[in-house]
Formats: sequence, C-alpha cells, structure tokens
Amino acid sequence: MKRTKQEAINFAVFRLPALSVNEGVARAAVAAFCAQMAPTATELSDIKCAVSEAVTNCVVHAYRERAGHFTVTVLLFPDRRVRIAVRDRGCGIPDVKKAREPLFTTDAAGERSGMGFTVMESFMDKLTVRSVPGRGTLVVMEKQFGGGAKRT
Amino acid sequence: MIHTDYHWEIREREGLLVVRLAGEIDHHNAVRLRGDVDELLLGKRPRRLVLDLSRVDFMDSAGVGFLMGRYRLMQELGGVLAVKSPTPRVEKMLRLCGMERFMEIETDRKETER
Ligand SMILES: Nc1ncnc2c1ncn2[C@@H]1O[C@H](COP(=O)(O)OP(=O)(O)OP(=O)(O)O)[C@@H](O)[C@H]1O
Ligand SMILES: [Mg+2]
Repeated sequence: MKRTKQEAINFAVFRLPALSVNEGVARAAVAAFCAQMAPTATELSDIKCAVSEAVTNCVVHAYRERAGHFTVTVLLFPDRRVRIAVRDRGCGIPDVKKAREPLFTTDAAGERSGMGFTVMESFMDKLTVRSVPGRGTLVVMEKQFGGGAKRT
Repeated sequence: MIHTDYHWEIREREGLLVVRLAGEIDHHNAVRLRGDVDELLLGKRPRRLVLDLSRVDFMDSAGVGFLMGRYRLMQELGGVLAVKSPTPRVEKMLRLCGMERFMEIETDRKETER
C-alpha cells in the first residue's frame, strides 16, 4: 500500500543550552505547542515524559561537563500525528542498539536507572535513534493522537 | 537564580518517617532533592521511610533513579522504603520500571498510613 508523505500543518523549533533547568522548559514548551491538537491528558503526559528523557540525555550524556546546545523540533501532521526530534552535537553513542536496552547506562555512579530509551519507546508509538560518535545524536519520536495503534 | 520546583512536608512516629513530596521530580530537581532527603534520613534514621507521591505531578526515569538510590540507602541503614499514593501517571512510570520489586507501592485503594 502506498503511503503518501504528509506535510506538517504546523511546526516549532526550540534551541536551548544544555542546562538541567531547561529539561522542564523543553517539556513544557512541547506540551504547550501540542495542546492545539487537543490531546488527552494521558497523551500529553506521555509526551512530556518522552521529551524529558531525550532532553535530559543531552544534558547528562551528550556534553558531560562541557557547554552545548540541543534543538527540539515539533511537527504536527493533519492526521493528528506529532513528530518530535531532539538533536545534539555532543559525544554520540558508540552502540545505539546496546544503549536502547532496558537498564543499560554508562553512568552507574550517577543514580541512573538506564530506562530513558525504554520510557521513550513505551510512551510513544515510534522511536528512532541515529548517532555518530564525536558528532552527536538525533532522537526522533512519533505519536498518533486519538486511538492510534499503540505498541506496548 | 535556578529555581527548584519541589517542596515537602514531614511526619514522624516511632521509627516511621513520612515525607510528602510535591512538584516535579526530574534530573534537575533530583540533585537537590537527593541531598535534602539523605540529610534527613541520616539524621533521623527511620526504620521505615514512606515517600508520599500524591502531590508529585511529573516524574521521569531520573525520579526512578532517585527512588532506587533511596532504596539502597535505606537498605544500608537497615530499614525499608515504601512509596505512597502515586498519581496514575506516576504509577505508570513506577510499574514500567519494575519498582514494585524493590518497594511497596501503597495506592489510595488501601489507605494504611495516618
Ligand atoms: N544524547 C546522548 N548523547 C550521548 N550518549 C547518550 C545520549 N543519550 C543516551 N546516551 C547513552 O545511552 C545510555 C542509555 O540512555 P538512557 O536514557 O536509556 O539511560 P540513562 O540516561 O543512562 O539513565 P536514565 O535515563 O534512566 O536516567 C546512556 O547511559 C548514555 O551512555
Ligand atoms: Mg536517560
């Protein structure tokens, strides 16, 4: 079956310094932007969690002690779908498959649960992660509002 | 000034310490929350620590890391940790991360404290 590529009906781009205070800023900004799609409270809270995970990874892992930025792009599609991309230009992930496993963390000393990617995967419908060591990481997540097929 | 979006209240009774947290538990807030809670724990050394999550309206995996850290500290101190009254959203996060294997999760369906 041919799936025609849809154009976004609205989009937003947020670029923020990788400071921990911006974790809350980023998830609130994305939630405010998604509100125009009239999501349910549960859909909105799932999105906030997923964005918080992706952004926290930029703050904690991508730049470590160094300064840097991350960019969050939100695209809204006419079939009530949202796509969120979180991009950093940090250290990258050498083995993405391994990093996505539940409980995997490279920061055991920091009280991490290693569940960030698992949360993104369970709370969204689709997750893709692209990363180049030394160049950065791109996390793209999608969610269908209102009765979309959900894999749990 | 960097603001910290949580606050708390405590209640205690022979060996029991109940801390009611309010606000958002993410990586940003967990750093200070951890320092505050641990100071309280090391000072009071309760046998049972109950973290009341009824007023916590947001928690991500950093909050789960915070709970696991307190679970380990309570074990070292010879006590136990329980969490109480999470909202359905917070409970979803706790169950996804398998927290019920480490700590009792008291939901409002059976109110035991107070
Ligand atoms: N943006 C990123 N840049 C570099 N490394 C990353 C990035 N995101 C994730 N990682 C790597 O992938 C691992 C797994 O990430 P995940 O979010 O699942 O767990 P965590 O961040 O370690 O713990 P938690 O999210 O539960 O606090 C991290 O420990 C880190 O090594
Ligand atoms: Mg993470």
